[in-house]
Amino acid sequence: MSRLAVPKTYKLAIGGKFPRSESGRTYAVASPSGRFLANAALASRKDARDAVVAARAAQPGWAGATAYNRGQVLYRIAELLEGRRAQFVDEIVQSEGVTAAVAGAQTDAAIDLWVWYAGWADKYAQVAGNGNPVSGPYFNLSVPDPTGVVAAIAPQERTGVSLLGFAAVVAPVVLSGNTTVVVANEAAPLSAISLAEVLATSDVPGGVVNTLTGSPAELAPWLASHADVNALDLAGAGSIGDGTAWIDLQISAAETLKRVLPPVSGAPAPSLERITAFVETKTVWHTKAML
Amino acid sequence: MSFLEYAPAPESTAILNLRETYGLFIDGEFVDGRGEPFATISPATEKRIAEVATANAADVDRAVAAARRAYDRTWSTMSGADRGKYLFRIARLIQERSRELAVAESLDNGKPIKETRDVDIPLVAAWFFYYAGWADKLEYAGLGANPRALGVAAQVIPWNFPLLMLAWKIAPALAAGNTVVLKPAETTPLTALLFAEICQQADLPAGVVNIITGAGETGRALVSHDDVDKVAFTGSTPVGREIARAAAGTGKKLTLELGGKGANIVFEDAAMDQAVEGIVSGIFFNQGHVCCAGSRLLVQENVHDEVVDRLKTRLSTLRLGDPLDKNTDIGAINSREQLDRIRALSDIGEQEGGDRWTAACEIPSSGYWFAPTIFTNVSTSHRIARDEIFGPVLSVLTFRTPEEAVAKANNTPYGLSAGIWTEKASRMLALADRLRVGVVWANTFNKFDPASPFGGYKESGYGREGGRHGLAAYLEASGWQPPAASAGASTRSVRGRSAQKTRKAVSK
Repeated sequence: MSRLAVPKTYKLAIGGKFPRSESGRTYAVASPSGRFLANAALASRKDARDAVVAARAAQPGWAGATAYNRGQVLYRIAELLEGRRAQFVDEIVQSEGVTAAVAGAQTDAAIDLWVWYAGWADKYAQVAGNGNPVSGPYFNLSVPDPTGVVAAIAPQERTGVSLLGFAAVVAPVVLSGNTTVVVANEAAPLSAISLAEVLATSDVPGGVVNTLTGSPAELAPWLASHADVNALDLAGAGSIGDGTAWIDLQISAAETLKRVLPPVSGAPAPSLERITAFVETKTVWHTKAML
Repeated sequence: MSFLEYAPAPESTAILNLRETYGLFIDGEFVDGRGEPFATISPATEKRIAEVATANAADVDRAVAAARRAYDRTWSTMSGADRGKYLFRIARLIQERSRELAVAESLDNGKPIKETRDVDIPLVAAWFFYYAGWADKLEYAGLGANPRALGVAAQVIPWNFPLLMLAWKIAPALAAGNTVVLKPAETTPLTALLFAEICQQADLPAGVVNIITGAGETGRALVSHDDVDKVAFTGSTPVGREIARAAAGTGKKLTLELGGKGANIVFEDAAMDQAVEGIVSGIFFNQGHVCCAGSRLLVQENVHDEVVDRLKTRLSTLRLGDPLDKNTDIGAINSREQLDRIRALSDIGEQEGGDRWTAACEIPSSGYWFAPTIFTNVSTSHRIARDEIFGPVLSVLTFRTPEEAVAKANNTPYGLSAGIWTEKASRMLALADRLRVGVVWANTFNKFDPASPFGGYKESGYGREGGRHGLAAYLEASGWQPPAASAGASTRSVRGRSAQKTRKAVSK
């Protein structure tokens, strides 16, 4: 006699908690063949704003952690993902309609991506910073500093990115001390929410990664125009509307001079550029005494 | 005559050899502009210096086409070593003609000759020297092997440091292998036009540097031109926003150096004599026409009265007057328009309850002048504590704890500069970590160097000028691929145009 399964309720992840949408809305998530998988929360404008508030509140503390600590936390994410590999493979198989082998490869790539970025946490500043030989008796050092709150649209392709694309957007943003509000893959959001559960048990402080499920077309304009968002990663925004709607987001972001990364196809490849796209360079001058 | 009064010691303008009229510098030659010409005047006397051409849209086209040709045929195929040699030549010519450039700058801008002579022009030469050496070392710029130039750079600069801003823009662009079309501000085109002559003297290949003059309309046509790959702008935040909107979706690489409302934070243990000098240079250097000026003085409450008293004493010794006089500390406000803005905001400061103090000094009968002014009793909500005045007006606020100093300093949409005055290094470093600004000056202020990256956080813009970071702003990694939006931007040759074609109304 087979046991009756206990299905999971997929909710949002905001400020270290897992609330339903304040709007009470949900949408049905289905496999590519149309089989019902789950009801996901359909995040609203208010949810997006709440997520920005949570991200802002968490930012100074996260940036204030040591780089070594942030690297360890990121590595811990990889460890926990590895331990829950089977669950992620299963979710990808279900929601992307791919084989277990293909889903396994995506999961492995996501785990390895966290490991790769984890290692950058206490090194990127040495590559992106400088001691500057100025003409005068000054100590002068340029160091990178996180931009602040970064809103991101995760890659939206139907296959290959539901977990990897989300991780590839989030990891380079948070490793330097930014916090983020991410709109997950709309059609296949389950892995992103399961990943949020991993983050919540990996010593990632609440509010560092806030995950919204729902419609990028609905949510992105509010994030792009939000005055307390410092930067925008439009990785998956190329899929909104006719494919040029992201330009409106960039125009909207100009109002507060947000830093903007344009859309890419698929999961963005791991790169130092994705880290440095969301850091500022701070240069500190200090006088030296005349001896 | 008191000990503070000096006999006038004006720098002679005989060294200048100015033309009556200046055309546009396009493809290595001066040509007529097709817009309505305008006069550039001396803000100290309101006297006309020369007539300058206005570039209309057709002239902008011509300049961009010249830059594109020079990029394709000459500059992108030249060795880095040779590009560097041209920049070294330019640096030397600037040094050789430094006094002439200083006089021209003071005449056209109104800033004191001792600043143009000792700060602006030496830094201009230093900037070209610094970036000249980078031209054949691009693989060490941090972008991997064989980084590539972007192509044609459109550059629009402000009137506060006319030739220095030109150097900040042109030196790294050329070193990285780009060609440029630069538009100086309409009130200060003179030194850019002298620089065009220097390009000729250096035998710089035609079209590598193009200088076009005109007002906002010319700048707008330039930065939104389809065949431009890179836009670099220094100026106001509202114009920066407009440029960011226009560039959205085009793939143009953009750096913006915009406004600021810098906090100069003075702790009770600061070396007071140095701090007072730093406050003075922080806000009264260049008549306060400095985007990174320390326009908000945050002083620890228990030393407020002492600092303000000392400041008033010091300001009473500053000499305001003829920019060409070697004794002058405070020159002329750059334009009637700017003077009106400074006056309007200062009046609002009074209306909102700030206590206004103005140094006693004689204001010349012609020209645009504003005496050094301090507002005390200012609160964070006052316009003079929030808006960039861009003039010699200091707003004084107080704090009790380092926490409060950080909170007040960061309480602005800008994030360009800050100063910290304390003898306690651990406190300085902790504060520097938490200030959301691109440049922190500790126990000094308003220091610039070509090796030192400069630029803002938040609404002070993005990108850096100076140092390796400033070079990277004009390069892309050779592995770089255009963003694969579904709009279809694809090959390098159509970069920046395909997305725009699919959407006509990009620049609203």
